[in-house]
Amino acid sequence: MIQRPLEAVGKVVLHLLEETGRFFIMLGRILFWSPRPPYDVREHFRQMQRVGVDSIPVVFLTMLFTGMVLALQAYNGFARFNATSLVGSVVTLSLMRELSPVLSALMVTGRVGSSMAAEIGSMRVTEQIDALEALATEPVQYLFVPRVFATVLMMPLLVVMGDVIGMVGGYFVAVKLLGTNSVAYYESQFQYLDMVDFTSGIIKAAVFGLILSVVACVRGFYTVGGAEGVGRSTTRAVVVASLTILLVDFFLTRLLF
Amino acid sequence: MSRETTPPPGDSSADAKIRVEDLHKSFGDHVVLDGIDFVVNSGEALVIVGPSGTGKSVLLKHLIGLLQPDSGRVIVDGQDLWSMDHLERVRFRKKFGMSFQEGALFDSMSVYDNIAFPLRRSGMKPAQVRERVEECLELVQLPDIAAKRPSELSGGMRRRVGFARAIAHKPEILLFDEPNTGLDPIMTDTIAEVILGIRRQLRATIVTITHHIPSARKIGDRLALLSGGHILFEGTPDDFMKSPDPAVRQFVEGRAAGPLTGEIQTLRRNFREAR
Repeated sequence: MIQRPLEAVGKVVLHLLEETGRFFIMLGRILFWSPRPPYDVREHFRQMQRVGVDSIPVVFLTMLFTGMVLALQAYNGFARFNATSLVGSVVTLSLMRELSPVLSALMVTGRVGSSMAAEIGSMRVTEQIDALEALATEPVQYLFVPRVFATVLMMPLLVVMGDVIGMVGGYFVAVKLLGTNSVAYYESQFQYLDMVDFTSGIIKAAVFGLILSVVACVRGFYTVGGAEGVGRSTTRAVVVASLTILLVDFFLTRLLF
Repeated sequence: MSRETTPPPGDSSADAKIRVEDLHKSFGDHVVLDGIDFVVNSGEALVIVGPSGTGKSVLLKHLIGLLQPDSGRVIVDGQDLWSMDHLERVRFRKKFGMSFQEGALFDSMSVYDNIAFPLRRSGMKPAQVRERVEECLELVQLPDIAAKRPSELSGGMRRRVGFARAIAHKPEILLFDEPNTGLDPIMTDTIAEVILGIRRQLRATIVTITHHIPSARKIGDRLALLSGGHILFEGTPDDFMKSPDPAVRQFVEGRAAGPLTGEIQTLRRNFREAR
Protein backbone atom coordinates (compact mmCIF):
# COMPACT_ATOMS: atom_id res chain seq x y z
CA MET A 1 0.00 0.00 0.00
CA ILE A 2 2.58 2.51 1.12
CA GLN A 3 5.16 1.29 -1.37
CA ARG A 4 3.76 3.06 -4.42
CA PRO A 5 3.68 6.64 -3.03
CA LEU A 6 7.15 6.09 -1.56
CA GLU A 7 8.37 4.91 -4.95
CA ALA A 8 6.94 8.03 -6.56
CA VAL A 9 8.60 10.29 -4.00
CA GLY A 10 11.88 8.42 -4.44
CA LYS A 11 11.66 8.83 -8.19
CA VAL A 12 11.13 12.58 -7.91
CA VAL A 13 14.01 12.94 -5.43
CA LEU A 14 16.34 10.89 -7.63
CA HIS A 15 15.34 12.94 -10.66
CA LEU A 16 15.99 16.19 -8.80
CA LEU A 17 19.38 14.94 -7.64
CA GLU A 18 20.23 13.84 -11.17
CA GLU A 19 19.31 17.23 -12.64
CA THR A 20 21.24 19.08 -9.94
CA GLY A 21 24.24 16.82 -10.44
CA ARG A 22 24.18 17.37 -14.21
CA PHE A 23 23.94 21.13 -13.67
CA PHE A 24 27.02 21.27 -11.45
CA ILE A 25 29.02 18.79 -13.54
CA MET A 26 28.29 20.87 -16.64
CA LEU A 27 29.21 24.05 -14.77
CA GLY A 28 32.51 22.44 -13.78
CA ARG A 29 33.19 21.39 -17.37
CA ILE A 30 32.38 24.89 -18.64
CA LEU A 31 34.82 26.40 -16.11
CA PHE A 32 37.44 23.79 -17.07
CA TRP A 33 37.18 24.54 -20.79
CA SER A 34 36.69 28.31 -20.75
CA PRO A 35 40.35 29.36 -20.33
CA ARG A 36 41.62 26.87 -22.92
CA PRO A 37 42.47 27.85 -26.53
CA PRO A 38 41.36 28.08 -29.29
CA TYR A 39 39.18 31.14 -28.48
CA ASP A 40 36.37 31.63 -30.93
CA VAL A 41 35.91 35.40 -30.55
CA ARG A 42 33.42 35.62 -33.43
CA GLU A 43 31.17 33.02 -31.82
CA HIS A 44 31.32 34.90 -28.48
CA PHE A 45 30.16 38.11 -30.18
CA ARG A 46 27.49 36.24 -32.14
CA GLN A 47 26.06 34.84 -28.92
CA MET A 48 26.26 38.22 -27.16
CA GLN A 49 24.22 39.71 -29.96
CA ARG A 50 21.73 36.85 -29.82
CA VAL A 51 21.31 36.96 -26.04
CA GLY A 52 21.77 40.68 -25.45
CA VAL A 53 20.96 42.85 -28.45
CA ASP A 54 18.14 40.66 -29.75
CA SER A 55 16.50 40.57 -26.31
CA ILE A 56 16.35 44.36 -26.01
CA PRO A 57 12.80 44.74 -27.44
CA VAL A 58 11.25 42.09 -25.19
CA VAL A 59 12.99 43.36 -22.03
CA PHE A 60 12.20 46.95 -23.02
CA LEU A 61 8.47 46.32 -23.32
CA THR A 62 8.30 44.09 -20.25
CA MET A 63 10.00 46.62 -18.02
CA LEU A 64 8.21 49.63 -19.50
CA PHE A 65 4.80 48.18 -18.68
CA THR A 66 5.98 46.80 -15.35
CA GLY A 67 7.16 50.28 -14.31
CA MET A 68 3.91 51.79 -15.52
CA VAL A 69 1.63 49.33 -13.75
CA LEU A 70 3.75 49.51 -10.62
CA ALA A 71 3.36 53.30 -10.45
CA LEU A 72 -0.37 52.97 -11.09
CA GLN A 73 -0.88 50.35 -8.38
CA ALA A 74 1.36 52.09 -5.85
CA TYR A 75 -0.36 55.42 -6.44
CA ASN A 76 -3.85 53.96 -5.98
CA GLY A 77 -2.81 52.11 -2.85
CA PHE A 78 -0.77 54.88 -1.27
CA ALA A 79 -3.43 57.51 -1.97
CA ARG A 80 -5.57 55.75 0.66
CA PHE A 81 -3.26 56.92 3.44
CA ASN A 82 -1.82 60.04 1.83
CA ALA A 83 1.56 58.59 1.06
CA THR A 84 1.71 59.26 -2.70
CA SER A 85 5.04 61.03 -2.21
CA LEU A 86 6.57 57.57 -1.69
CA VAL A 87 5.43 56.17 -5.06
CA GLY A 88 8.70 57.06 -6.81
CA SER A 89 10.78 55.31 -4.14
CA VAL A 90 8.62 52.19 -4.16
CA VAL A 91 8.75 51.92 -7.95
CA THR A 92 12.53 52.34 -8.11
CA LEU A 93 13.31 50.01 -5.21
CA SER A 94 10.96 47.29 -6.45
CA LEU A 95 12.35 47.52 -9.95
CA MET A 96 16.02 47.50 -9.06
CA ARG A 97 15.96 44.95 -6.28
CA GLU A 98 13.42 42.50 -7.61
CA LEU A 99 11.29 43.04 -10.67
CA SER A 100 13.83 44.03 -13.25
CA PRO A 101 16.25 41.10 -12.64
CA VAL A 102 13.52 38.48 -12.14
CA LEU A 103 11.18 39.49 -14.96
CA SER A 104 14.05 40.11 -17.40
CA ALA A 105 15.52 36.70 -16.52
CA LEU A 106 12.14 35.00 -17.05
CA MET A 107 11.65 36.74 -20.40
CA VAL A 108 15.18 35.87 -21.53
CA THR A 109 14.61 32.27 -20.40
CA GLY A 110 11.53 32.09 -22.61
CA ARG A 111 13.25 33.73 -25.56
CA VAL A 112 16.88 32.63 -25.40
CA GLY A 113 16.90 29.62 -23.03
CA SER A 114 14.29 27.83 -25.11
CA SER A 115 16.09 28.48 -28.38
CA MET A 116 19.43 27.37 -26.90
CA ALA A 117 17.92 24.11 -25.65
CA ALA A 118 16.17 23.51 -28.99
CA GLU A 119 19.27 24.30 -31.03
CA ILE A 120 21.61 22.12 -28.97
CA GLY A 121 18.96 19.40 -28.71
CA SER A 122 18.50 19.20 -32.47
CA MET A 123 22.29 19.21 -32.92
CA ARG A 124 22.35 16.22 -30.57
CA VAL A 125 19.66 14.21 -32.38
CA THR A 126 21.13 14.92 -35.83
CA GLU A 127 24.60 13.79 -34.65
CA GLN A 128 26.09 17.28 -35.09
CA ILE A 129 27.45 17.11 -31.53
CA ASP A 130 29.07 13.75 -32.30
CA ALA A 131 30.48 15.35 -35.46
CA LEU A 132 32.01 18.15 -33.37
CA GLU A 133 33.67 15.59 -31.11
CA ALA A 134 34.85 13.59 -34.11
CA LEU A 135 36.50 16.79 -35.39
CA ALA A 136 38.55 16.95 -32.18
CA THR A 137 36.39 19.79 -30.85
CA GLU A 138 34.97 19.68 -27.36
CA PRO A 139 31.26 20.63 -27.59
CA VAL A 140 31.36 22.13 -24.10
CA GLN A 141 34.09 24.52 -25.22
CA TYR A 142 32.73 25.33 -28.66
CA LEU A 143 29.00 25.47 -27.93
CA PHE A 144 28.44 26.09 -24.25
CA VAL A 145 31.26 28.40 -23.14
CA PRO A 146 30.28 31.24 -25.53
CA ARG A 147 26.58 30.85 -24.70
CA VAL A 148 27.04 30.86 -20.94
CA PHE A 149 29.55 33.73 -21.02
CA ALA A 150 27.33 35.80 -23.28
CA THR A 151 24.31 35.27 -21.03
CA VAL A 152 26.18 36.02 -17.79
CA LEU A 153 27.59 39.20 -19.34
CA MET A 154 24.45 40.38 -21.13
CA MET A 155 21.88 39.78 -18.40
CA PRO A 156 23.24 42.54 -16.10
CA LEU A 157 23.31 44.97 -19.04
CA LEU A 158 19.72 44.10 -19.93
CA VAL A 159 18.75 44.61 -16.30
CA VAL A 160 20.40 48.06 -16.16
CA MET A 161 18.39 48.96 -19.25
CA GLY A 162 15.28 47.43 -17.64
CA ASP A 163 15.82 49.54 -14.49
CA VAL A 164 15.97 52.75 -16.51
CA ILE A 165 13.05 51.88 -18.78
CA GLY A 166 10.91 50.81 -15.80
CA MET A 167 11.66 54.09 -14.06
CA VAL A 168 10.76 56.04 -17.19
CA GLY A 169 7.48 54.09 -17.40
CA GLY A 170 6.71 54.83 -13.74
CA TYR A 171 7.55 58.50 -14.20
CA PHE A 172 5.29 58.74 -17.25
CA VAL A 173 2.30 57.25 -15.41
CA ALA A 174 2.83 59.16 -12.15
CA VAL A 175 3.55 62.55 -13.71
CA LYS A 176 1.75 62.61 -17.04
CA LEU A 177 -1.24 60.40 -16.24
CA LEU A 178 -1.83 60.92 -12.53
CA GLY A 179 -0.60 64.50 -12.27
CA THR A 180 2.09 64.08 -9.58
CA ASN A 181 4.56 66.93 -9.36
CA SER A 182 7.41 66.05 -11.70
CA VAL A 183 10.29 67.42 -9.56
CA ALA A 184 8.94 65.82 -6.39
CA TYR A 185 8.48 62.47 -8.17
CA TYR A 186 11.92 62.63 -9.75
CA GLU A 187 13.56 63.26 -6.41
CA SER A 188 11.51 60.65 -4.58
CA GLN A 189 12.83 58.02 -6.99
CA PHE A 190 16.30 58.33 -5.52
CA GLN A 191 15.33 59.41 -2.00
CA TYR A 192 15.74 56.05 -0.26
CA LEU A 193 17.96 54.43 -2.85
CA ASP A 194 21.21 52.77 -1.80
CA MET A 195 24.02 51.52 -3.98
CA VAL A 196 23.35 47.98 -2.76
CA ASP A 197 19.82 48.13 -4.26
CA PHE A 198 21.39 48.57 -7.66
CA THR A 199 24.31 46.15 -7.26
CA SER A 200 22.16 43.38 -5.78
CA GLY A 201 19.99 43.52 -8.90
CA ILE A 202 23.08 43.25 -11.08
CA ILE A 203 24.42 40.29 -9.10
CA LYS A 204 21.04 38.59 -9.34
CA ALA A 205 20.97 39.18 -13.08
CA ALA A 206 24.38 37.54 -13.58
CA VAL A 207 23.40 34.53 -11.42
CA PHE A 208 20.07 34.15 -13.25
CA GLY A 209 21.94 34.36 -16.57
CA LEU A 210 24.23 31.56 -15.42
CA ILE A 211 21.29 29.41 -14.32
CA LEU A 212 19.21 29.85 -17.46
CA SER A 213 22.09 29.26 -19.88
CA VAL A 214 23.57 26.23 -18.10
CA VAL A 215 20.11 24.65 -17.68
CA ALA A 216 19.40 25.19 -21.40
CA CYS A 217 22.76 23.68 -22.37
CA VAL A 218 22.29 20.67 -20.08
CA ARG A 219 18.76 19.99 -21.34
CA GLY A 220 19.85 20.32 -24.95
CA PHE A 221 22.92 18.16 -24.45
CA TYR A 222 21.00 15.25 -22.91
CA THR A 223 18.21 15.27 -25.52
CA VAL A 224 17.08 11.86 -26.73
CA GLY A 225 14.33 10.79 -29.10
CA GLY A 226 14.19 12.89 -32.26
CA ALA A 227 11.92 15.88 -32.80
CA GLU A 228 9.69 14.94 -29.88
CA GLY A 229 12.72 14.81 -27.61
CA VAL A 230 13.80 18.27 -28.75
CA GLY A 231 10.35 19.62 -27.89
CA ARG A 232 10.48 17.96 -24.48
CA SER A 233 13.94 19.34 -23.77
CA THR A 234 12.89 22.85 -24.74
CA THR A 235 9.84 22.83 -22.48
CA ARG A 236 11.80 21.33 -19.62
CA ALA A 237 14.62 23.85 -20.00
CA VAL A 238 12.16 26.75 -19.67
CA VAL A 239 10.27 25.21 -16.74
CA VAL A 240 13.37 24.13 -14.80
CA ALA A 241 15.23 27.39 -15.40
CA SER A 242 12.21 29.57 -14.48
CA LEU A 243 11.50 27.67 -11.26
CA THR A 244 15.17 27.62 -10.29
CA ILE A 245 15.42 31.37 -10.89
CA LEU A 246 12.43 32.02 -8.59
CA LEU A 247 13.83 29.69 -5.94
CA VAL A 248 17.34 31.11 -6.08
CA ASP A 249 15.91 34.64 -6.05
CA PHE A 250 14.53 34.06 -2.57
CA PHE A 251 17.84 32.78 -1.18
CA LEU A 252 19.85 35.47 -2.94
CA THR A 253 17.59 38.16 -1.49
CA ARG A 254 18.10 36.67 1.98
CA LEU A 255 21.84 36.61 1.38
CA LEU A 256 22.24 40.07 -0.15
CA PHE A 257 20.18 42.14 2.34
CA MET B 1 48.12 9.75 -18.72
CA SER B 2 48.20 7.72 -21.89
CA ARG B 3 49.73 4.32 -21.78
CA GLU B 4 51.61 2.65 -24.60
CA THR B 5 50.32 -0.87 -25.05
CA THR B 6 52.60 -3.47 -26.55
CA PRO B 7 51.06 -6.34 -28.45
CA PRO B 8 51.34 -9.69 -26.68
CA PRO B 9 54.16 -12.00 -27.83
CA GLY B 10 53.31 -13.86 -31.00
CA ASP B 11 50.68 -11.33 -31.98
CA SER B 12 50.58 -11.12 -35.75
CA SER B 13 48.98 -7.69 -35.58
CA ALA B 14 52.06 -5.64 -34.70
CA ASP B 15 51.17 -3.46 -37.73
CA ALA B 16 47.70 -2.88 -36.30
CA LYS B 17 46.35 0.65 -36.65
CA ILE B 18 43.22 -0.21 -34.71
CA ARG B 19 42.91 -3.14 -32.36
CA VAL B 20 39.61 -3.94 -30.63
CA GLU B 21 39.78 -6.38 -27.73
CA ASP B 22 36.80 -8.09 -26.12
CA LEU B 23 34.53 -5.06 -26.47
CA HIS B 24 31.28 -5.12 -24.52
CA LYS B 25 28.54 -2.51 -24.54
CA SER B 26 25.00 -2.55 -23.22
CA PHE B 27 22.33 0.12 -23.01
CA GLY B 28 20.26 -0.77 -19.94
CA ASP B 29 19.38 -4.45 -20.32
CA HIS B 30 19.97 -4.41 -24.05
CA VAL B 31 23.30 -6.02 -24.93
CA VAL B 32 24.59 -4.42 -28.14
CA LEU B 33 28.21 -5.56 -28.34
CA ASP B 34 29.04 -8.84 -26.65
CA GLY B 35 32.77 -9.46 -26.97
CA ILE B 36 34.06 -7.95 -30.20
CA ASP B 37 37.65 -8.60 -31.31
CA PHE B 38 39.22 -7.43 -34.55
CA VAL B 39 42.22 -5.70 -35.99
CA VAL B 40 42.52 -3.18 -38.79
CA ASN B 41 46.02 -2.90 -40.23
CA SER B 42 47.61 0.31 -41.36
CA GLY B 43 46.30 1.36 -44.79
CA GLU B 44 43.69 -1.39 -44.85
CA ALA B 45 39.99 -0.93 -45.64
CA LEU B 46 37.66 -2.94 -43.43
CA VAL B 47 33.95 -2.98 -44.15
CA ILE B 48 31.59 -4.03 -41.38
CA VAL B 49 28.28 -5.30 -42.71
CA GLY B 50 25.24 -6.52 -40.87
CA PRO B 51 21.48 -6.12 -40.54
CA SER B 52 20.04 -2.82 -39.30
CA GLY B 53 19.97 -2.34 -35.55
CA THR B 54 22.83 -4.70 -34.76
CA GLY B 55 25.09 -2.02 -33.29
CA LYS B 56 27.31 -1.24 -36.27
CA SER B 57 27.19 2.50 -35.60
CA VAL B 58 27.72 1.87 -31.89
CA LEU B 59 30.84 -0.11 -32.76
CA LEU B 60 32.12 2.67 -35.04
CA LYS B 61 31.58 5.29 -32.32
CA HIS B 62 33.70 3.15 -29.98
CA LEU B 63 36.60 3.26 -32.45
CA ILE B 64 36.86 7.05 -32.19
CA GLY B 65 36.06 7.17 -28.47
CA LEU B 66 32.64 8.79 -28.77
CA LEU B 67 31.27 5.94 -26.67
CA GLN B 68 32.99 4.31 -23.73
CA PRO B 69 32.94 0.50 -23.64
CA ASP B 70 31.54 -1.27 -20.58
CA SER B 71 34.60 -3.49 -20.78
CA GLY B 72 37.31 -4.29 -23.32
CA ARG B 73 39.75 -2.02 -25.07
CA VAL B 74 40.10 0.02 -28.24
CA ILE B 75 43.77 0.52 -29.09
CA VAL B 76 44.72 2.96 -31.82
CA ASP B 77 48.37 3.36 -32.80
CA GLY B 78 49.30 1.40 -29.70
CA GLN B 79 47.38 3.69 -27.35
CA ASP B 80 44.34 2.63 -25.38
CA LEU B 81 41.68 5.33 -25.97
CA TRP B 82 40.29 5.01 -22.47
CA SER B 83 43.54 5.11 -20.55
CA MET B 84 44.08 8.66 -21.84
CA ASP B 85 42.64 11.61 -19.97
CA HIS B 86 39.76 13.53 -21.57
CA LEU B 87 41.92 16.34 -22.98
CA GLU B 88 44.34 13.88 -24.59
CA ARG B 89 41.48 11.92 -26.10
CA VAL B 90 39.97 15.08 -27.63
CA ARG B 91 43.33 15.93 -29.25
CA PHE B 92 43.95 12.31 -30.27
CA ARG B 93 40.81 12.45 -32.41
CA LYS B 94 42.71 14.62 -34.91
CA LYS B 95 44.00 11.30 -36.28
CA PHE B 96 40.42 10.48 -37.26
CA GLY B 97 37.95 11.68 -39.83
CA MET B 98 34.39 10.44 -39.50
CA SER B 99 31.41 10.82 -41.77
CA PHE B 100 27.96 10.32 -40.31
CA GLN B 101 24.82 8.63 -41.63
CA GLU B 102 22.96 11.77 -42.69
CA GLY B 103 26.10 13.87 -43.06
CA ALA B 104 25.64 15.62 -39.67
CA LEU B 105 26.60 18.91 -41.31
CA PHE B 106 26.44 22.01 -39.11
CA ASP B 107 23.26 23.59 -40.42
CA SER B 108 24.13 27.02 -39.09
CA MET B 109 27.08 27.18 -41.52
CA SER B 110 27.57 27.12 -45.28
CA VAL B 111 29.17 24.12 -47.01
CA TYR B 112 32.45 26.08 -47.16
CA ASP B 113 32.43 26.83 -43.44
CA ASN B 114 31.58 23.20 -42.65
CA ILE B 115 34.64 21.93 -44.49
CA ALA B 116 36.81 24.78 -43.23
CA PHE B 117 35.79 24.09 -39.62
CA PRO B 118 38.54 21.61 -38.62
CA LEU B 119 41.13 23.63 -40.56
CA ARG B 120 40.31 26.92 -38.86
CA ARG B 121 40.23 25.21 -35.46
CA SER B 122 43.77 24.00 -36.05
CA GLY B 123 44.88 27.57 -36.84
CA MET B 124 45.40 27.26 -40.61
CA LYS B 125 45.73 30.53 -42.58
CA PRO B 126 42.65 31.65 -44.62
CA ALA B 127 44.39 31.27 -48.01
CA GLN B 128 45.43 27.69 -47.20
CA VAL B 129 41.95 26.95 -45.87
CA ARG B 130 40.41 28.13 -49.15
CA GLU B 131 42.81 26.00 -51.17
CA ARG B 132 42.18 22.88 -49.08
CA VAL B 133 38.39 23.30 -49.08
CA GLU B 134 38.42 23.55 -52.88
CA GLU B 135 40.64 20.46 -53.09
CA CYS B 136 38.28 18.48 -50.87
CA LEU B 137 35.19 19.53 -52.83
CA GLU B 138 36.92 18.44 -56.06
CA LEU B 139 37.73 15.11 -54.49
CA VAL B 140 34.08 14.44 -53.61
CA GLN B 141 33.02 15.63 -57.08
CA LEU B 142 31.09 18.70 -55.88
CA PRO B 143 33.13 21.67 -57.06
CA ASP B 144 30.53 24.47 -57.15
CA ILE B 145 28.50 24.28 -53.98
CA ALA B 146 30.72 26.01 -51.40
CA ALA B 147 28.26 28.86 -50.82
CA LYS B 148 25.20 26.65 -50.35
CA ARG B 149 23.56 25.80 -47.03
CA PRO B 150 23.25 22.13 -45.97
CA SER B 151 19.44 22.42 -46.17
CA GLU B 152 19.72 23.16 -49.91
CA LEU B 153 21.55 19.89 -50.65
CA SER B 154 20.24 16.44 -51.62
CA GLY B 155 20.97 13.39 -49.45
CA GLY B 156 23.86 12.24 -51.63
CA MET B 157 25.40 15.70 -51.71
CA ARG B 158 25.15 16.04 -47.93
CA ARG B 159 27.00 12.74 -47.46
CA ARG B 160 29.75 13.84 -49.83
CA VAL B 161 30.13 17.21 -48.10
CA GLY B 162 30.35 15.18 -44.88
CA PHE B 163 33.22 13.20 -46.50
CA ALA B 164 34.92 16.44 -47.56
CA ARG B 165 34.72 17.74 -43.98
CA ALA B 166 36.03 14.43 -42.61
CA ILE B 167 39.08 14.40 -44.89
CA ALA B 168 39.87 18.15 -44.78
CA HIS B 169 42.54 17.82 -42.07
CA LYS B 170 44.12 14.77 -43.80
CA PRO B 171 43.37 12.19 -41.10
CA GLU B 172 45.18 8.86 -40.81
CA ILE B 173 41.98 6.94 -40.11
CA LEU B 174 38.64 7.37 -41.84
CA LEU B 175 35.36 6.07 -40.50
CA PHE B 176 32.28 6.01 -42.74
CA ASP B 177 28.93 5.36 -41.07
CA GLU B 178 26.44 3.99 -43.61
CA PRO B 179 27.67 6.27 -46.40
CA ASN B 180 25.15 5.09 -48.99
CA THR B 181 22.03 4.11 -47.07
CA GLY B 182 18.81 5.45 -48.57
CA LEU B 183 20.34 6.67 -51.84
CA ASP B 184 19.46 5.73 -55.41
CA PRO B 185 21.59 2.97 -57.03
CA ILE B 186 23.63 5.40 -59.13
CA MET B 187 24.42 7.66 -56.18
CA THR B 188 25.19 4.56 -54.08
CA ASP B 189 27.87 3.59 -56.59
CA THR B 190 29.10 7.18 -56.91
CA ILE B 191 29.63 7.25 -53.15
CA ALA B 192 31.64 4.01 -53.32
CA GLU B 193 33.76 5.52 -56.12
CA VAL B 194 34.32 8.68 -54.07
CA ILE B 195 35.48 6.58 -51.10
CA LEU B 196 37.89 4.72 -53.38
CA GLY B 197 39.20 8.04 -54.69
CA ILE B 198 39.71 9.32 -51.16
CA ARG B 199 41.52 6.13 -50.28
CA ARG B 200 43.87 6.42 -53.22
CA GLN B 201 44.73 10.01 -52.34
CA LEU B 202 44.97 9.83 -48.55
CA ARG B 203 46.28 6.28 -48.12
CA ALA B 204 44.33 6.24 -44.89
CA THR B 205 43.12 3.30 -42.84
CA ILE B 206 39.39 3.01 -43.50
CA VAL B 207 36.54 1.42 -41.58
CA THR B 208 33.18 1.58 -43.34
CA ILE B 209 29.81 0.43 -42.19
CA THR B 210 27.18 -0.49 -44.71
CA HIS B 211 24.57 -3.08 -45.53
CA HIS B 212 25.02 -2.67 -49.26
CA ILE B 213 26.98 -5.71 -50.41
CA PRO B 214 28.19 -4.46 -53.85
CA SER B 215 29.63 -1.30 -52.24
CA ALA B 216 31.19 -3.35 -49.45
CA ARG B 217 32.94 -5.57 -52.03
CA LYS B 218 34.13 -2.56 -53.96
CA ILE B 219 35.51 -0.61 -50.99
CA GLY B 220 36.76 -3.33 -48.66
CA ASP B 221 39.95 -5.37 -48.43
CA ARG B 222 38.18 -7.33 -45.73
CA LEU B 223 34.54 -7.76 -44.75
CA ALA B 224 33.22 -8.52 -41.28
CA LEU B 225 29.66 -9.54 -40.53
CA LEU B 226 28.30 -8.15 -37.26
CA SER B 227 25.16 -9.57 -35.74
CA GLY B 228 23.84 -10.37 -32.29
CA GLY B 229 26.71 -8.47 -30.69
CA HIS B 230 29.37 -10.66 -32.31
CA ILE B 231 31.54 -10.67 -35.40
CA LEU B 232 30.18 -13.81 -37.05
CA PHE B 233 32.47 -13.81 -40.07
CA GLU B 234 35.64 -12.05 -41.15
CA GLY B 235 37.45 -12.48 -44.48
CA THR B 236 38.15 -11.12 -47.95
CA PRO B 237 35.18 -10.06 -50.12
CA ASP B 238 35.60 -13.24 -52.20
CA ASP B 239 35.65 -15.46 -49.10
CA PHE B 240 32.58 -13.62 -47.89
CA MET B 241 30.65 -14.20 -51.09
CA LYS B 242 31.63 -17.89 -51.25
CA SER B 243 31.23 -18.62 -47.55
CA PRO B 244 28.83 -21.49 -46.76
CA ASP B 245 28.17 -19.98 -43.31
CA PRO B 246 24.35 -19.80 -42.99
CA ALA B 247 24.44 -16.29 -41.48
CA VAL B 248 26.60 -14.98 -44.32
CA ARG B 249 24.41 -16.77 -46.90
CA GLN B 250 21.27 -15.23 -45.43
CA PHE B 251 22.78 -11.75 -45.56
CA VAL B 252 24.22 -12.12 -49.08
CA GLU B 253 21.01 -13.59 -50.46
CA GLY B 254 18.83 -11.16 -48.54
CA ARG B 255 16.47 -13.75 -47.05
CA ALA B 256 14.03 -12.79 -44.30
CA ALA B 257 14.31 -16.16 -42.53
CA GLY B 258 17.58 -17.49 -41.21
CA PRO B 259 20.03 -17.35 -38.37
CA LEU B 260 20.41 -13.53 -38.46
CA THR B 261 16.74 -12.93 -37.82
CA GLY B 262 15.34 -15.95 -36.01
CA GLU B 263 18.19 -17.64 -34.28
CA ILE B 264 20.19 -14.88 -32.70
CA GLN B 265 19.85 -16.32 -29.22
CA THR B 266 21.13 -19.71 -30.40
CA LEU B 267 24.05 -18.05 -32.14
CA ARG B 268 24.93 -16.17 -29.02
CA ARG B 269 24.80 -19.34 -26.92
CA ASN B 270 26.94 -21.27 -29.42
CA PHE B 271 29.43 -18.46 -29.52
CA ARG B 272 29.75 -18.43 -25.73
CA GLU B 273 30.19 -22.19 -25.60
CA ALA B 274 32.81 -22.10 -28.35
CA ARG B 275 34.82 -19.58 -26.36
